[in-house]
Amino acid sequence: MLNDLSRRNFLTRAGGAVSTVWLSAHWPAILAAAEHAHQAAKSASPAKFQFFSPEQAVEIDAITARIIPSDETPGAREAGVVYFIDKALTTFAVDDQKTYREGLPGLQARVRELFPTVEKFSAATPDQQDQLLHTFDDKANNGNRFRARASGTAKPFFETVRAHTIIGFLIDPDAGGNRDGVGWKVIGRDRQHMFQPPFGYYDKDYAGWQPNPTNAEKPKA
Amino acid sequence: MRIDTPKYKTSDEVDFVVIGSGAAGGILAKELSTNGFRVVVLEQGPYLTEADFVHDEIKVINQDLLTNKPKLQPSSFRKTPNEKAKPQRALVYGRLVGGTSVHFTANFWRFHEIDFIERSKIGPVPGADLRDWPITYTDLEPYYTKVEWEIGVSGLAGASPFDPPRSKPYPMPPLPVKGSGVIFERAARKLGWHPFPAPMAILSQPRAGRSACVNCGFCLGFGCEVGAKSSSLAAAIPVAEKTGRCEIRPNSYVHRIEMDSNGRATGAVYFDEHRNTHLQKAKAVVVCANGAETPRLLLLSANKQFPDGLANSSGIVGKYLMLNSGGVTNAVFEHPLNDYKGFAVSRLLHDFYELDPQKVGFYGGGGIDARYDLTPIGFAMGALPPGTPGWGKAFKDTLARNFNRTMELFCHGTSLAVENNSFSLDPDLKDAWGLPALCLTYKDHPDDLKLWAFQNKRVDELLDAADAKQRWSQPIQESQFAVHLLGTCRMGNDPKTSVINSDHRTHDVKNLFLCDGSSLVTSGRGQPTMTIEALAFRAADRITALAKRGEIA
Repeated sequence: MLNDLSRRNFLTRAGGAVSTVWLSAHWPAILAAAEHAHQAAKSASPAKFQFFSPEQAVEIDAITARIIPSDETPGAREAGVVYFIDKALTTFAVDDQKTYREGLPGLQARVRELFPTVEKFSAATPDQQDQLLHTFDDKANNGNRFRARASGTAKPFFETVRAHTIIGFLIDPDAGGNRDGVGWKVIGRDRQHMFQPPFGYYDKDYAGWQPNPTNAEKPKA
Repeated sequence: MRIDTPKYKTSDEVDFVVIGSGAAGGILAKELSTNGFRVVVLEQGPYLTEADFVHDEIKVINQDLLTNKPKLQPSSFRKTPNEKAKPQRALVYGRLVGGTSVHFTANFWRFHEIDFIERSKIGPVPGADLRDWPITYTDLEPYYTKVEWEIGVSGLAGASPFDPPRSKPYPMPPLPVKGSGVIFERAARKLGWHPFPAPMAILSQPRAGRSACVNCGFCLGFGCEVGAKSSSLAAAIPVAEKTGRCEIRPNSYVHRIEMDSNGRATGAVYFDEHRNTHLQKAKAVVVCANGAETPRLLLLSANKQFPDGLANSSGIVGKYLMLNSGGVTNAVFEHPLNDYKGFAVSRLLHDFYELDPQKVGFYGGGGIDARYDLTPIGFAMGALPPGTPGWGKAFKDTLARNFNRTMELFCHGTSLAVENNSFSLDPDLKDAWGLPALCLTYKDHPDDLKLWAFQNKRVDELLDAADAKQRWSQPIQESQFAVHLLGTCRMGNDPKTSVINSDHRTHDVKNLFLCDGSSLVTSGRGQPTMTIEALAFRAADRITALAKRGEIA
């Protein structure tokens, strides 16, 4: 997905191969999810989860925190991504409930397999968590594409969580998700919606348009 | 705010029913109603207004608010006519009042003289049916000027030495240059090329009650909430409505052109939003439903008298589809461009518009532009350098570093007309209304792919001259998704090899006219909407003259 540059389709360009199809099938509902996340983010008390149990939410939150970790800058956790995903699973991503329902126990089984003393994903160390998640990478494609499937699930679990996490982190904060716009802060996208040039480093000292030489001939390669 | 307009009864025989309200349909509605005719425009999509086009990244990702709906309108794809087509999302077009012009990038180059006469100039191309147009650039020039002044195009006349002659300058100066444009311009000049400010159908100054562009950065894929993008919705339809003679009827899905026993069209049959069927009567029918839906409607309208579909005595309705070749290269620079701000494209070059097949070994030509049309989620999913991990700290760090330091170069080029490339009715797949779905059959002519490779080499040269830190290109591959929908009911003088004449009248049905991307004889060099709109202005003149002489009904 990451490097799937089938770019003739500009829709694919706008959203990535898998997730765009998924998103575009659910456009009105994603708005509702975003609005929900927005409300949850604004409310003083933590929002109730609608799909996840509190225990499940802790596990999903831990996964999102490895996908976009918190370090010197905020990560998925600060962006409230788990709330976005929870609402998504009762609205536009309702078809993905099975993926989560079956994928999470699959992941926990993998935790106990690799680290017999660790009870669950959220209890593992960050290094252990990364090791676990790397088992979902697609080795056949240099680890770049995410075709990994948790056994028995309808859709690839980690790929789904990854897409949901990126969306919840980078979605327009005015519409919800991306709590307080922290995702946009991380990537350096100004939250304003009106800009004046110069926009950046390369146009700030542009001297103005200078005409092309007038003696140009129509090129014949 | 919508204007109160007449509400015609379906039993009123209006002068024209126009099917589709996009780039061509909006202009025909404007021109025909301005010329005194009573017009009903039937649009399958909703009537949204600027208030509906809020700033919101979600909208970019979820194009289906503004576009055809894959769940309701499935499609299929195959490479050649011998294969069984597989259901897949095969095309995108605007499905709302204003059509694709609402969400497009707004590149608005004119075609050049060569695009109309290339067959005469270079001769036949094996494996393709390259033809001259029945009209020339000179015929269309006044209408290009009309588009620029009446619809609103920003640009700089004379900036490109390769531009065709023009009768007037642009009505507005070009939009401001972006970082991507500065990098592009400097590097192209190092190489001896001739970059120029891209002509864009976006207002650089307030005009006709519309705002100038505010550089919001949500352009490709979005409706413009300040009316700066010169869509039919912003620029043409309000004028049509103000005449008091034009009704825009949204949520009206036309699926048959009604014919009488004399072989004359009597109106358009459509489903309303409640799936009730209506017949809008009209003295003449003008189909502007785009290069996929126009041939589909003609094929769906087959009857005893026209068993192969309306206006299809040639058998080529839906055929000779051209999608325009080309693709994108991404590049990363040392310092922030912040190119997410603003419209997509500020610089362009046409040095390779007209290549000599004898020298390069293939037919074709194109344009290369500097752009940024990505939004954060799309960027994270699809625009990081090859080899970047898909999650974790390295993913996050690369995302954070590159978002503002990336630009794109887009190659746009010719597609050759190949008979097998087509839109047809899928024999099995049905839409949500039970009607046959669109089947895309497409295999790029080898020259189209050679052109893409040629242009990618020029892009690499440019990016090396620009000292890009990193660059990578979309792999060159055959098309299986259609955005530009061109040539499927092409114009010509010979009824055996074309569907419409140079008045846009079908050869077979006297009061049936077609005008949209389907009318094109050649693909141009990648940006067709300007030419579609010029054709629409010209078609309106021709149709008006015929009607006033009593030569339609």
